[in-house]
Amino acid sequence: MSASTSTPAQKLADTLRAVRRERVAVVAFLTAGFPRKDTFARDLAELAAEADVVEIGVPFTDPMADGVTIQRSSYEALKQGVTLHWIIDTLRGLPKMKAQLVFMGYFNPMLAYGLPKLAADAAAVGISGFIVPDLPIEESGAFEQALGAQGLALIRMVTPVTPPARLEQLCASAQGFVYAVSMTGTTGRSVGTGGVSKEVLDYLDKVRRLSSVPVCAGFGIREASQVAALAPHVDGVVVGSAIIEAMEKGESTAALLRKLRG
Amino acid sequence: MDKTTANALLAELLAGRMPDAHGRFGPYGGRYIPETLVPAFDRLEAAVKRILPSQEFRDELGAELRDWVGRPTALSPMRNLSRRWGAEIWFKREDLAHTGAHKINNALGQALIAKRMGAKRIVAETGAGQHGVATAAACARVGLPCTVYMGEVDMARQAPNVGRMRLMGATVVPVTSGDRTLRAAIDEAFRDWVSNPDDTFYCLGSALGPHPYPYLVRELQSVIGREARAQILERAGALPDMLVACVGGGSNAIGLFHAFLGDASVRMFGVEAGGRGTGLGDNAARMPTGRPGVLHGTYSLLLQDEDGQVQETHSVSAGLDYSGVGPEHALLHDIGRAEYMAALDSDALDCVKECSTHEGVLPALESAHALWGARELARRHPGKRIIVGLSGRGDKDMPTLQNTLLSQGVPS
Repeated sequence: MSASTSTPAQKLADTLRAVRRERVAVVAFLTAGFPRKDTFARDLAELAAEADVVEIGVPFTDPMADGVTIQRSSYEALKQGVTLHWIIDTLRGLPKMKAQLVFMGYFNPMLAYGLPKLAADAAAVGISGFIVPDLPIEESGAFEQALGAQGLALIRMVTPVTPPARLEQLCASAQGFVYAVSMTGTTGRSVGTGGVSKEVLDYLDKVRRLSSVPVCAGFGIREASQVAALAPHVDGVVVGSAIIEAMEKGESTAALLRKLRG
Repeated sequence: MDKTTANALLAELLAGRMPDAHGRFGPYGGRYIPETLVPAFDRLEAAVKRILPSQEFRDELGAELRDWVGRPTALSPMRNLSRRWGAEIWFKREDLAHTGAHKINNALGQALIAKRMGAKRIVAETGAGQHGVATAAACARVGLPCTVYMGEVDMARQAPNVGRMRLMGATVVPVTSGDRTLRAAIDEAFRDWVSNPDDTFYCLGSALGPHPYPYLVRELQSVIGREARAQILERAGALPDMLVACVGGGSNAIGLFHAFLGDASVRMFGVEAGGRGTGLGDNAARMPTGRPGVLHGTYSLLLQDEDGQVQETHSVSAGLDYSGVGPEHALLHDIGRAEYMAALDSDALDCVKECSTHEGVLPALESAHALWGARELARRHPGKRIIVGLSGRGDKDMPTLQNTLLSQGVPS
C-alpha cells in the first residue's frame, strides 16, 4: 500500500518501524495545557521536534492509573479550563508536526464528547490514535468502531501480569503500536535504577514476538541507562512523568529527551 | 424509557439475570479498569462465583453474622414517630449491627472471601468512616492486615472513626489528592491495588465500581431486606407499602430493596443528598441531574460537566457525598421500579433531632436523609406502612452535630 492511501494508524506504525531501523523511538507525554494553556502550542512543538510520537494527555478529574506527578499536571490543566474541545481547537490552528500525535486519557471525557464526533475531529487535526487506560478490550467495541471509521488506532496496553492467552489476543488486535506497561503500578515510579530486570525484558521480548505492530514500553522510564537497557527489546520508549517534572522545574524537555536517548 | 423496555428489564432483574455476563444492569455497570487489574478482577469474579453460593461459605458467614455482628437486627415499630407523622413507621435497625452500621455485612463477607482467596492484605476506601471501621474490624476478626484510604476532609469530620480504625490495627492513610473525600479515597485505593495486583484484596464499600463489586456488595447486603421481609410479615402480617433508604453509592438501599423487588405492591424510595440546594456542586443528587458516564470503573449516572469532568459534591453527610451512584440504582431509576428524592442538609439535621428526641435513637446523618423521605411520604400518603432503612447510628457524627444542632441549643 502506498503511503498516500495508508490510514493514520498504519502511518503511526510505519513511522515507528522506520525510526527503529536507526535507533529506539521516543514517545513523549505531555498533559495538554500544563503548566499553562497559553504555552501548550510551544511546549508541544518543542517535544514534537525531538520525539517520534507525542502523547497528548487529556486531563481528567479521576486519573486512577496515574501517579502523583501526572495527577498534579492533570489537576493544574483542569484548573485552567483545559477541555478536549479546547485541545482540538488549539491543534486545528497549528502547523503540521514532524512527530506523530496520539491522545491519551480516561474514557469519560471522550464519551462526553461523543465517540464518532471525537474520532472525526481528532482525525481532522492530525491525531493518529488513542490510548485509553480505563478501557479494556471488553468495553472498547463502540470506540473502536468509531476510530476504525476514521482509520485511527485504539492503542492496546499490555502489562507484565497479563496472562498468555490474553496477551496474544491483545497483540493480535493491536493497531499503531502496543503500549507495554513495564511494571505494575501507577505512572511516575521507576522501572528499576541503572538497569531493568530480566523478567521485564523477557516479557517485552514476548510482547514483541506476538505483536505485528511496534512495541513501546512505558511507565517508570526516567534514566538514560533504562532506555539503553530497554532499547534492544522494544521499538520505542514512553517518557511521561519525567517530562512533567522537567517542566515543573522549568527545564528544557528537548534536552531531557536528547539525554535519555543517549 | 418506554414501558415495554422497562418491563423487559425488570423481568430480567427478577429472573436473577442481572448483572449479565458482562456485569451489566441493562445499560449500566460493566468493567472499565486498567489492564493491570484485569487478571485480579478475573480472579475475583471467579472466586465470587465459586465461593458465594457454596454451603461452606454460607454457613461460615451466617455463623459470623449471628455470633459476631449480632444479626438478625431488630425491626422496631416506632410508635412516637408513627403518631407524629400519621403513618406506620418501622425501622430496620442496622444501627444495632456490630460497628454501628450496615457496612459490616459487606466488609465481613468480603474479608472471608479474601481469606479463602489467600490474600495477604486488604485495602479499602472510606467516606464516613463506617466502611473503614467495618473493614478494620473484619480484618482483625479474620486476621488480615488492613489499609484504609480516607480523604482528609472526611478524616476531620469523622475523627472518632479514624481512632476506631487505628485501635483495631488498621493503617489509615490520609488522601490529599482530588476532592479529598470519598471519590479521591477510591482513586487511591485503586492505585494501591494497581501497584499490588497479586496479593491484595480490595474491599470496596458500596454497590458500585467495576463488575463484580455491584453484584457482590448487593448479595452481601441483601440480608437486610431478607430479614426485614420475614420480620414485617411476622409482626404486621403483611408486606410494607413503602421502603425508604438513603442512597450514597447505594449499598444499604439495594440491600433493603432487593428481597422486595418482586413484590409489586411495595414502593421503594431512595433518598439522595440534596446538600445546600440544587446548584451544581451543592449536592449529591445524581438521579435528577446526573448523566450516564464512567467513574471508578462503572457506567452509571454521574454528576459531571459537559466535558465529562466529574463534579465535586456537597453533603453534610460524608457517606452520601459521592458523584456517582451504583449501576443497579441507575437501572431501578430508569425503569421506575424505585423512586428517588433528595433531602437537604437542613432536612436531615432536623430529622436527627426529631428521631433522637422522640424515639431515643440517634441516627447517622446518612440515615436521617431516609427519615426525611419517610416523613415526606407519610405526609403525602397518610396511614401507610413504611420501613425505613436505619443504616447506621449517629455517634460518628458528633463532631458535625456539635457544630450544628448542639451549637444552636439542645433540642427541648
